[in-house]
Amino acid sequence: MTTTPLRLYQVGTFAAGNRLLDPSERTVQSSADRASSITSGHRACRGCGEALAARVVMDAAMRATGGRLVTVNATGCLEVFSTPFPESAWQVPWLHSLFGNAAAVASGVAAAMRATGRDDVRVLAQAGDGGTVDIGLGCLSGMFERNDDVLFVCYDNQGYMNTGVQRSGATPAGASTANTRPVGSGIGNAFGTGKNLPRIAMAHEIPYVATATIADLHDLEAKVTSAMSRRGARYLHVLVPCPLGWGSDASDTVRVARLATQSGLFPVFEAEHGTVTQVTPIRRRVPVEEYLRLQTRFRHLFTEPGRPDVVAALQAQADRDIARYGLDPEEES
Amino acid sequence: MRRQLEGSLAVADTVARCRPRVVAAYPISPQTHIVEALSELVASGGLAPCEYLTVESEFGALSACIGASAAGARTYTATASQGLLFMAEALPNASGLGLPMVMTVANRALGAPINIWNDHSDALSQRDAGWLMLFASSNQEAVDLHVQAFALSERTSLPVMVCMDGFVLTHAVEEVDVPEQEQVDAFLPDFHPRQSLDPDHPVTIGAMVGPEAFTEVKYLMAHRQLRALDEVSAVAQEFESAFGRTSGGLLQPYRTDGAELVVVALGSVLGSLADVVDELRDEGLAVGALGICCYRPWPFDEVRDALRGVTDVVVVNRAVAVGSGSILGQDVRLSAPRGTAVHDVVLGLGGRPVTRDVLRRLVLDVVTGRVGSDSLTFFDLDHDRAAAELARELADTVPANGGGS
Amino acid sequence: MNLPFAVTLGPGSSRADHTGAWRTERAVYVQRTAPCGNACPAGEDVRSWLYDAESGGAGYEAAWRRIMETNPFPAVCGRVCYHPCETACNRGHLDEAVGINSVERFLGDEALAQGWRVEATAAPTGRRVLVVGSGPAGLSAAYHLARRGHAVTVRESAPVAGGMMRYGIPRYRLPREVLDAEIRRLLALGIQLEVDTPVTDLDAVMEAEGWDAAFLAVGAQLGHRTYLPAASAARILDAVSLLHGLEEGERPLLGRRVAVYGGGNTAVDAARTARRLGASDAVVVYRRTRERMPAHAEEVADAEAEGVVFHWLSTIERVEPEGLVIERMELDEDGFPRLTGRTERLAADSVVLALGQDTDLSFLGEASALRVSDGTIDTDRAFATTRPGVFAGGDVVAGERSVTIAIGHGRRAAESIDDWLAGRPPAPEADVDLAPYEALNTWYFQDADRAHRERLELARRSSTFDEVVHGLDRETALYEARRCLSCGSCFSCDNCYAMCPDDAVIKLGPPGEYVIDLDYCKGCGLCVQECPAGAIVMVPEET
Repeated sequence: MTTTPLRLYQVGTFAAGNRLLDPSERTVQSSADRASSITSGHRACRGCGEALAARVVMDAAMRATGGRLVTVNATGCLEVFSTPFPESAWQVPWLHSLFGNAAAVASGVAAAMRATGRDDVRVLAQAGDGGTVDIGLGCLSGMFERNDDVLFVCYDNQGYMNTGVQRSGATPAGASTANTRPVGSGIGNAFGTGKNLPRIAMAHEIPYVATATIADLHDLEAKVTSAMSRRGARYLHVLVPCPLGWGSDASDTVRVARLATQSGLFPVFEAEHGTVTQVTPIRRRVPVEEYLRLQTRFRHLFTEPGRPDVVAALQAQADRDIARYGLDPEEES
Repeated sequence: MRRQLEGSLAVADTVARCRPRVVAAYPISPQTHIVEALSELVASGGLAPCEYLTVESEFGALSACIGASAAGARTYTATASQGLLFMAEALPNASGLGLPMVMTVANRALGAPINIWNDHSDALSQRDAGWLMLFASSNQEAVDLHVQAFALSERTSLPVMVCMDGFVLTHAVEEVDVPEQEQVDAFLPDFHPRQSLDPDHPVTIGAMVGPEAFTEVKYLMAHRQLRALDEVSAVAQEFESAFGRTSGGLLQPYRTDGAELVVVALGSVLGSLADVVDELRDEGLAVGALGICCYRPWPFDEVRDALRGVTDVVVVNRAVAVGSGSILGQDVRLSAPRGTAVHDVVLGLGGRPVTRDVLRRLVLDVVTGRVGSDSLTFFDLDHDRAAAELARELADTVPANGGGS
Repeated sequence: MNLPFAVTLGPGSSRADHTGAWRTERAVYVQRTAPCGNACPAGEDVRSWLYDAESGGAGYEAAWRRIMETNPFPAVCGRVCYHPCETACNRGHLDEAVGINSVERFLGDEALAQGWRVEATAAPTGRRVLVVGSGPAGLSAAYHLARRGHAVTVRESAPVAGGMMRYGIPRYRLPREVLDAEIRRLLALGIQLEVDTPVTDLDAVMEAEGWDAAFLAVGAQLGHRTYLPAASAARILDAVSLLHGLEEGERPLLGRRVAVYGGGNTAVDAARTARRLGASDAVVVYRRTRERMPAHAEEVADAEAEGVVFHWLSTIERVEPEGLVIERMELDEDGFPRLTGRTERLAADSVVLALGQDTDLSFLGEASALRVSDGTIDTDRAFATTRPGVFAGGDVVAGERSVTIAIGHGRRAAESIDDWLAGRPPAPEADVDLAPYEALNTWYFQDADRAHRERLELARRSSTFDEVVHGLDRETALYEARRCLSCGSCFSCDNCYAMCPDDAVIKLGPPGEYVIDLDYCKGCGLCVQECPAGAIVMVPEET
């Protein structure tokens, strides 16, 4: 007989909860007393990844701070769908100023808390990818550089969805958007553009940078918790599929995020002071095509005559990142 | 205590005594000496508890102030010129959200062409941003206005801009009475914000408002601005009883009683103007001066009352609204009693000195009918150069029909 | 706070906006039938008792009690069942089926070790039911009838109860202390067992003794005979008699080389038994291929490990004193075996025929109102014979035969008898909404290779009748239970609650209870997609 004790908990920590595990090993989201920081009645599209991510992130931060949390929100989908007069979906203190200044506003809030002796109140800034990598980058870089005590969370849905799905600096190559239509011999959004904000954040050597997706709530919450256990400037980049902008089914939002990670197109990792310290290995590697095909923004790559060259180039991107971050345990060994 | 002090340092000292909790600023001439002095005070612990944020831009500066104010901290920043314009997006945001804060604007011209010298183009371009705007006529008044501005801002839940002429005031060393700490403390109560980010009372600040309520929101803002006129006067009066000197208020009339001609102006030019009024009064001319201290909200009725019975009003515009005329002049025209001739004059742009001599010539030219009241007059203009360049420009102009024979 | 108008709002005020109005489809929690339970001939709710067992500790007893609701022989079935549940198990598509059978055995053994018992669920009814035969069908029926409060008497012609469990299945597969213990526990419900009491004339017994109902479960105890040209010196036996005799203490003389003719489990049992009785050569001769052999693959593999040799595509042409003449066969285009004319010889001291079993229906007598056809008793879906009040099941009725099937017959017949006694019409058969593999989201399950049961070392398998297959220890049983994918049934993973972008799933107190808040559910279907168990479906809104 085998002498090694076998430990199995059915869904382990893949699912949000697990009756077989101690409550402390379940997600905050699985708890009936979660804060539900952003509650029902908001006007996000069906299957919105950002709405889900925002609740997961904020609730985890609420848990981590014992409810001593305030948040600053950049202009964007999240802000618009959550606070149209006369109704707000937020149950946490929340401030919206402008599109490009969330990081600076949050810096101001943090400074105010410190100066008024309320250090226990922690500050979380949130923005979409536009408010992070494009219009908000200046303020964000300043916040990083000053090491202000703010966790900045980017909900990356890879485009300006609120304004009608235009490209942003975070839109992937090959994607069709309202201003990168694959007309003629075009492929959609061009290669060689775009910003990798996690790496830019790392270049500031701030205490903590992490990426995550809504496909792994344990990982996402753990990163929020880890971030909230530290002081100084912290950055969390969360991939949030957008059924509207990506042309994916509303029910596939989590699945698409999962395939983004399993294809290697979205590396999930943690970095401290500019150095990668942890990666989440790919569990069931899939070709990028499996991810791309679920989204109509990439449909032109597959309809006759198709663009196998573009798909191959995206696969090469994924392969490069898999190698760069060591995401494939089999490839490693 | 009266001291020989540079204007910027006097303001910095005063601001410090108002005990701001957060200062966020980005350096720009001619504001730099103010924020340098404050950073030093914060660094030395002299201002504790206070956080000084060396932000990456003016946009970041005002944004940080928005956050700090929303979090319930007394907040201060300073800027000038392009910096104020870089804040432009955030200016109506701060006022729209009803966030108290004080900002010094060391008034400076706007480019292009780039020019670091004094005029009022920067502040006046933001006249509709929803801020209360006070103009200092001297360094003493600049000092006093900052104390008043914090009180005013926190009472009205509106941001206040204190304008002082760049270089002319900021860099001028004069004897100034910087209020003592105890005096300021007695005058300025602790900041109790109308709303703030507080985990114990979670509110949503900065909601999106659609057509169904946006007009009402704006109506209430307009109303609040106008109500602030009373607060400006009240605070000035309280200041006078507390500090024993007159500063601020809505208007500063000088010998307007019985005046047939009144010169209206903003800022430091008022000192020279008073001297010229004295001179001309001595020479028998019935002239006076009207300083506008509170530019926004515009003291419509007070200006009208001040100009009642005046035949000619001369408006000294240190900014030009290209394509339409003047800015201050437009405000004055709205308030001028019927039948009053308003002589709208632009001068002192980009640091060109507005000397007593220039002002004296201006008044005399109006009196002698050389400055009309039906169009904008560029005064102190190098007419020869302007005419020559204009001629050259016109010669270069491509005919409307494309130059066909 | 006197908040500014419109610009500043109160927390959570969005709940006034019932975004559920956007919905065209709604998510609905469902309980679908799991393939395992659907495939279980005994009717066990396998998924549910695995769920109980997954908690370990007190969950084991709960699991065992849930098995006992349908099957009184967990320890027996945990050994001898050919587990169609595992064949149907959705996890087979993922890696390997859950070892349901081994968990069942663990629970059965645990119950015996702990002395867990069950009680009747109903007060005595005063009705008397006769059960003829104490095999798995008879005892199962007796158990369920007794639990329903009926007075049950079991008549058995053999000296000991158990039927084919005792006389057909060798000890190395089913140790008798296990069988005895489960029968003892069953009889403790107050069931009257009369051994050595064959019923020879059903009509007479029914009439004379005034039974309210009877269940006939006499089994199929006769080895099927076929004509084989054989020399008079040839030693030919049938497998049923061989195994039966062995149980009664006989030591049959098989010789050194034994040939077994047939391809069912009994053939394999006979061959493995021959090895244990000292045969150096045990050869199974079967006319089809390995794939088409009815014997269970696991049994075949065990037999091969023990040295049993299989001759596929072979038929015995005749038996001679020194052995057999075998004709080779081949498969035609349709996969049917046909003769080739090529023959070969196989040395054998004896030939054991394992060609199926027949029923002895002589006890029905001449005047019986029971209709029989092809040597089996005709019954309807409710196991009622053509004679009112008389029911039949197990090997005596047509169809596939196994211990588990017989247990299932016994239970369903008991339900029918209970209905009949109460004058109730039989319950209609429920539609089965099977949970398909495609409905699952297997991403969420931990990677977990199946834990296989250890086996007795080979040396002891050729000389003793010690049990070959070991049980699982507690840890491993727990591990194996937790490999269950809970097909079609919520197991409280909280994914739906955690992943709803609209915060529109309400988690009620007890585990596994969620409600969709239709005021806010926009009908995105994310919860359906991410439910590991396939226990939520989208249903169109009625407009």
